Amino acid sequence: MSQNGTVERVTINIDGQDVDVPKGTNIIEAVKMVGKGKEVPHYCYHPKLSIAGNCRMCLVEMGMPMRDRATGEAILDEDGKQKISWMPKPTIACATNAAPGMHIKTKSPMVEESRNGVTEFLLINHPLDCPICDQAGECRLQEFSADHGRGYSRFIEDKNVKPKRTRLGPRVMLDDERCILCSRCVRFSQEIADDDVLGFVDRGTYSTLTCYPGKELANNYSLNTVDICPVGALTSTDFRFKMRVWFLKRTNSICTESSVGANTEIWSREGKIYRITPRRNDAVNDTWMTDSGRALYQAVESEDRLTHYTIGGVHQTADEVAAAAAEQFKSGDVAMVASAHSSVEEQFYYKAIAERSAAKVSLVSHYGAGDGLLQSEDRSPNLRGALVTGLINTLPESDLSSLANAINSGAVKTLLVVDEDVTSLGIAPDLLAKVKLIYVGTHTNETAKVADIVIPSLMVFEKDGSFINQNFRLQKFNTAIPGPVGVLPDFMMLEKIAAPLADEKPAPVTLDTLWQRIAAKVECIEATQAWRGIPEEGIPLEPGSLLELPFVETKNLKYDPDAVKEAQAAPAGA
Amino acid sequence: MAIEEQKLIFKNLDEPGYSNDIDCYLKHGGYEQLKKAVTMKPEDICSEVMDSGVRGRGGAGFPAGMKWKFLDRKSGKPIYLVCNADESEPGTFKDRQIIHKDPHQLIEGMMCAAYAIQAKLAFIYIRGEFFQGYRILERAIEEAREKNFLGEDILGSGYSCDIIVHRGAGAYICGEETGLIESLEGYRANPRIKPPYFPAALGLYQCPTIVNNVETLCDVKHVIEMGGKEFAKIGTPGNTGTRIWCVSGHVQKPGYYEFPCSAVTLGELIFDVCGGLKPGRKLKAVIPGGSSSKILRADERFTGKLKDGTEYDWGIEDIPMDFDSLMAVGSMSGSGGVIVMDDSTDMVEALANINYFYAHESCGQCTPCREGVPWMRKVTQRMCDGHAREEDADLLNSIADQIAGRTICAFGEAAAWPVQSFIAKFKDEFVEKAREQATRRKAGQNPSKETTLI
Amino acid sequence: MNLKPETIEKIDKLVPRYPTKRSAALPLCHLVQEDQGYLSNEGMEWIAERLELQPINVQEIVTFYPMLRTEPTGKHHVRVCRTLPCALVGAYQTCRRLEEELNCKVGHTSEDGEFTLEFVECHADCGHGPVVMVGEEQFNDIDPDKASELAAKMKSGELSNGMPDA
Repeated sequence: MSQNGTVERVTINIDGQDVDVPKGTNIIEAVKMVGKGKEVPHYCYHPKLSIAGNCRMCLVEMGMPMRDRATGEAILDEDGKQKISWMPKPTIACATNAAPGMHIKTKSPMVEESRNGVTEFLLINHPLDCPICDQAGECRLQEFSADHGRGYSRFIEDKNVKPKRTRLGPRVMLDDERCILCSRCVRFSQEIADDDVLGFVDRGTYSTLTCYPGKELANNYSLNTVDICPVGALTSTDFRFKMRVWFLKRTNSICTESSVGANTEIWSREGKIYRITPRRNDAVNDTWMTDSGRALYQAVESEDRLTHYTIGGVHQTADEVAAAAAEQFKSGDVAMVASAHSSVEEQFYYKAIAERSAAKVSLVSHYGAGDGLLQSEDRSPNLRGALVTGLINTLPESDLSSLANAINSGAVKTLLVVDEDVTSLGIAPDLLAKVKLIYVGTHTNETAKVADIVIPSLMVFEKDGSFINQNFRLQKFNTAIPGPVGVLPDFMMLEKIAAPLADEKPAPVTLDTLWQRIAAKVECIEATQAWRGIPEEGIPLEPGSLLELPFVETKNLKYDPDAVKEAQAAPAGA
Repeated sequence: MAIEEQKLIFKNLDEPGYSNDIDCYLKHGGYEQLKKAVTMKPEDICSEVMDSGVRGRGGAGFPAGMKWKFLDRKSGKPIYLVCNADESEPGTFKDRQIIHKDPHQLIEGMMCAAYAIQAKLAFIYIRGEFFQGYRILERAIEEAREKNFLGEDILGSGYSCDIIVHRGAGAYICGEETGLIESLEGYRANPRIKPPYFPAALGLYQCPTIVNNVETLCDVKHVIEMGGKEFAKIGTPGNTGTRIWCVSGHVQKPGYYEFPCSAVTLGELIFDVCGGLKPGRKLKAVIPGGSSSKILRADERFTGKLKDGTEYDWGIEDIPMDFDSLMAVGSMSGSGGVIVMDDSTDMVEALANINYFYAHESCGQCTPCREGVPWMRKVTQRMCDGHAREEDADLLNSIADQIAGRTICAFGEAAAWPVQSFIAKFKDEFVEKAREQATRRKAGQNPSKETTLI
Repeated sequence: MNLKPETIEKIDKLVPRYPTKRSAALPLCHLVQEDQGYLSNEGMEWIAERLELQPINVQEIVTFYPMLRTEPTGKHHVRVCRTLPCALVGAYQTCRRLEEELNCKVGHTSEDGEFTLEFVECHADCGHGPVVMVGEEQFNDIDPDKASELAAKMKSGELSNGMPDA
């Protein structure tokens, strides 16, 4: 690294084209940088794991400029061009780092023959499982066999037999015959999940992946091994045999398990979610996510979903319910229990409602143990959204005892509760009977059951919106499946409630128009930021003094409170 | 004409009355070189070794002096010396003699080398099957420690270094230097990718490490004794010192014989020194450097130019036994294991035997070796079982071509070269086997014959 | 896990000599196997705990090396080298004779638990093949007739399992 923090760059030559890359980049990444869909096929290499170099699929031809042994002078050919001495044996691209003048061929006869050979070798003992294998359609062995395979088999011997469909853990199924021994799962368990429980036993062609008898792959990151397994050896027991991946629609979203805000992908078909996988974001979660975060989609089809707008338990239209709610807010003495699970856009509206009805806003904390990786101590995705929008200006309380007192003393006549069960937070049902209760939420609970007005909310998979994560990064999520029939996106419903409080008529609103207002009003968001302009990898915000609040999160994969403090202490430009 | 051995390393070990304890060794002038070495500057010892031109006797033949030169002395990390006593190359049985009969020569050579590279700690990685050898070495080390030849403050020089004897457990791949290092560290013996894990920079515990063969380390002692330049006068330029040739197979007097490099030809070794073949038999083939080296056909003619430009035109019996000549004729001297096969040998069975060995010993880390080598074994096994096809020879060659040069370590080449060379030199036998079996099958007979080598 | 006190003593002396604990894994496997006859799950777990490793780390190396075994052998552990130099001088014939004499198929333990007969790879004494090991003792030049003599000695109890005197 040079002094001002930039990395030195070198020029290498890939297939006749000069490319400028940071020094030390390995050739697989360098070829990716060339773009145009160029790729060096590989199995065992993973950008976030150590280099193993054992699949031998990424073999490329490498040459260095020829130099005179004695003088070090460059040797030139008849045309005066630098002569290149090509290595007689191919070299693996994942372990070769860019050096000045390096020449790489990714398409020569030697390279094609190498790939042909490796593919043939991988297929000779591989079982003919494609018709029943979950990995079909996203299997790298399938893809590279089609691209780099011989096209016919020369193997007439017997294939090796190994244990099939063994339960490696509660969420992971193992088929040893399919395993190509790339060791990605072993390296992941050792290096990332810090749970050294996988290993290879026996030797040579009989090498078999396994756990020690009595142990299992049960940590909260076990499904990441399924993601990174290039073949169908490790598969998810939850997704097993459910759906072919080529039928599934992919939607970008954000995990709501904690303030980490892991970037995810929702895989759905015809309104049903089949699985969630992590999406790469080097600033948030690399290529990983927790198993518990993936399971959150199962709540979509729960029996407890709130599906209808109701007043006094009777189904009404959205407009009627919105009008009734607005009436209540106008009547005064309003208190609000907001939620850190709401999106930035919804919190913007709740702030408006709170201002317009002079309501006191409480937020309840949802804290749990942090695992130092991708599950932070703050188990809500958008606490910082509430701070940034101004909905609250201190960290949340652990319960609502002060609010309970206020209700008891008669200071509160209307209570809006968003997605919390206040009966377990210090406000008993008989106390709730004293106020007009409006409940907004996705699932029913003791509070919702006694609410006067119930407004069903959409889950994160059913709407668009954004969250601000523990690093004050604004990240957006998209609609993957439709919500219950007739339920509006929250922000549209909130527009219908908020507008009358300012004596305006509710206007049709989209996220684009809403964001014009948000960007204009919220300080740390650029005034020109449009909803469409938010990139899929998110935007880091500058939250100013909010950073000084005593957040509970401790260091994890991409969050370092000490580094944040140091950066704050050092004045900009130092 | 009886050819006299010139014994340097084996000078004492088979003499009547010579025993492997330290007193006997001292009586024969033992540890004088170590006493001399610790008074020299380490860099000077390294120059002597460089001048001597001594090349590794474990198989690769890489000049020891150059290996020591590549050692990263500036990293600040401790330096380690490892003696590779994992002798497992089929056909080789020289290190066993040194360990069992003259362990102190090895210990002295090691301590001189350790001092020269300023190693912090030394290891002897001995194969697990040498039960007795392990006990002999342990005792010898204690004897040497008592006399201050190793351990703390060796001979008052201020240099300290200990030796730990580490037993292997039956894996040929532990003979590969990075496989050995992994095994020493307590992992499966999977060789490391080079670059970046060259032992001279990132070896044992990611520290600079030198791994040398037993015979090579013994040579270090002799280099110090006579000086590098004198040592270089033994043998020929580029092939200095003596080598111990281990002859096995169909000869009258199999065994180990020490000669200066290039002093005997392959013919002299087989017919004079080893008493020739069994009565009534003719020479068919020789594997000159352990089973990993390419086979030589007895009726082949070898022509070409040596490194220094001289032309040669040899029959198999004319090839001088050294590093470069065997390399020139398309094989290598490897570990010095000369396997002699007479005309009773079925070459397909011989290859099947070798393939079984490599398939069994593959560590399984990288794809070509893990899948390709057992494939070759399955093919040759099938051929011996009576289902050979005429195209199997080309298939075997093609598989071997896909393995050599594509693997993490040289095991790929070691497994591929026998196949490539057997097919190149004896393809007729492979094709003929398929034809024979087809004929017998058509005649209603059992296509397979009883095998002797597999 | 009841290891003999001498074994524990050897282990305690050995482990600190290595720069890392894990390096002592293979030597400890040898010592525990010599003590118990083989490496049971209990043995592997004991070694893992002693060296602060995971049991899978020990199982990985025990299954990698052919000399380490997870099952006990017969009273006499007979190993015949099968690699080319020994095969050229009749190792397979030697093994067939031993199969007959010991009533034990190669690769198996005999029914009465007396003998385990297996093929092994090159034992580095090719000049005096065929090479046969019984326990820790090595025998050279074992043609089929000498193999019969060896078998007789084993059956009569004359040949111990080659265990060394400490």
